Amino acid sequence: MSSWQKRVGKSTLLKSIMGIVKTPKGSVYLNNENITKLPTYKRAQKGIGYVPQGRDIFPQLTVHENLILGMERNAHKKKPIEKEIFELFPVLKTMLDRKGGDLSGGQQQQLAIARALISEPEVLLLDEPTEGIQPSIIQDIGRVIKKLKNRGNVTMLIVEQYLEFVMDVADYFYVMDKGHIVLEGKTEGIDPREIQEKIAI
Amino acid sequence: MDTYLLQIFNGISVSSVLLLAALGLAITFGLMKIINMAHGEMIMIGAYTTYMVQNLFISFLGDRYFDLYFIAAIPLSFLITGFVGYLLEISIVKRLYGRTLDSLLATWGISLILQQLARNIFGAPNVDVKSPAWLNGGVVVLSNIQLPYKRLFIILLAALCIAGVYLFLFKSDSGRRIRAVMQNRSMAESLGINTRKVDSMTFAIGSGLAGIAGCALTLLGSIGPTLGTNYIVDTFMVVVLGGVGRIIGTVAGAAAIGIGNTTFEYFTNASLGKVLVFLAVILFLQWKPQGFFSISSRVLDE
Ligand SMILES: Nc1ncnc2c1ncn2[C@@H]1O[C@H](COP(=O)(O)OP(=O)(O)O)[C@@H](O)[C@H]1O
Ligand SMILES: [Mg+2]
Repeated sequence: MSSWQKRVGKSTLLKSIMGIVKTPKGSVYLNNENITKLPTYKRAQKGIGYVPQGRDIFPQLTVHENLILGMERNAHKKKPIEKEIFELFPVLKTMLDRKGGDLSGGQQQQLAIARALISEPEVLLLDEPTEGIQPSIIQDIGRVIKKLKNRGNVTMLIVEQYLEFVMDVADYFYVMDKGHIVLEGKTEGIDPREIQEKIAI
Repeated sequence: MDTYLLQIFNGISVSSVLLLAALGLAITFGLMKIINMAHGEMIMIGAYTTYMVQNLFISFLGDRYFDLYFIAAIPLSFLITGFVGYLLEISIVKRLYGRTLDSLLATWGISLILQQLARNIFGAPNVDVKSPAWLNGGVVVLSNIQLPYKRLFIILLAALCIAGVYLFLFKSDSGRRIRAVMQNRSMAESLGINTRKVDSMTFAIGSGLAGIAGCALTLLGSIGPTLGTNYIVDTFMVVVLGGVGRIIGTVAGAAAIGIGNTTFEYFTNASLGKVLVFLAVILFLQWKPQGFFSISSRVLDE
């Protein structure tokens, strides 16, 4: 998913899927099961991973503790952190004992994505993963998203204002304005400028 | 000077009791942002639990095992007070989250009800708990000062509880969950943590610690239904002075209040001493509103 313009309800949509805000109209389904009435933690346990805008790393907890908390979803089967996570985000391996709050914005973003991936979610919600992050790390994140996509066991819903980025990594897009979807389609063969022009109207 | 040193020592043992009570208060305030006026009654429940354990030992085990009652009373006052705290949380306190002022009034009401309940069950007059024989006497230091075993025991008990709380909060899975919820409730929930469960468990543990404080207090004097009210103000001062969210802050706050109380009392008198401590705390908070220590967490900044 992509979106346009500031403050049109993108984050609110993701929060509503996660159950952090109420859903007064409409319902949320996961694998044909209506989860609109479930509390947030049960939705997480059912397999929705969430990387919020602003990342929401626990600042006083170490990187390692932040990662371990990602496993709460399947807390009953304890296991060590998969090597794979550090292959995707090598930088995290070197700072396991640092406080989450001491990391740079880009590192926090990678930590937030790693924390969500550790639970092996079926659906991953990413809210503006490129916001305020330096270009080299944006590239890394883009690479990770494509890798996950190729593996094909997680559905990703990405909210982004950085059009070129999201058109590059996504298969399908929706454009949102004032709480409504105003445009949608396959990303294949579409020039980001086309969308930009249509929205400008 | 010698008597002053003894007073300081007594101050430290009072600090230890305050510390036990304040730890629970600091954790629950840090986690839930409610002001729990009924926390003092958790001290009272712990003390009456000790009283009941003593009576049960006398009735069923006779003199031979009497001295062991206190060893049983410590974990039992933790468990029973913790259970009362748990019931309180799931029935009333959970409705008060995010409503600091309402929580103050409602928990004050609870505190009055609990006091009346204690009066109905145990009677209005104070009752005595007989200390076990192995805590009578003391160590003599400096030839003319005797440090009573009872007070040394209280200090040791508090130290063990601090170590236990530290290990629990920083080394266990449940502790990590509690810290995560403290720092960012909705993110913790989004990762699959049942924050309701964390809340009620934390409240129960905080209450249980106050229960141990009450158990310790039975060594220092007789107990009555209003035992908690005598300590709740000091306990709140410890939390405010120490800052929320750091154990070390609570330790420093308890030491300052306990020793401050005894020092001011020694040089003036009991009531003037209390007033002076109160003034000192207010002045200090003008200078450092966050207390001795505080973590700069987003939640706390709100
Ligand atoms: N469907 C909606 N109806 C009414 N108000 C909404 C709706 N969605 C979002 N809002 C409000 O709009 C504001 C911006 O929402 P947000 O989701 O943060 O925007 P974005 O992430 O697109 O910048 C918030 O104050 C939110 O409460
Ligand atoms: Mg947003």
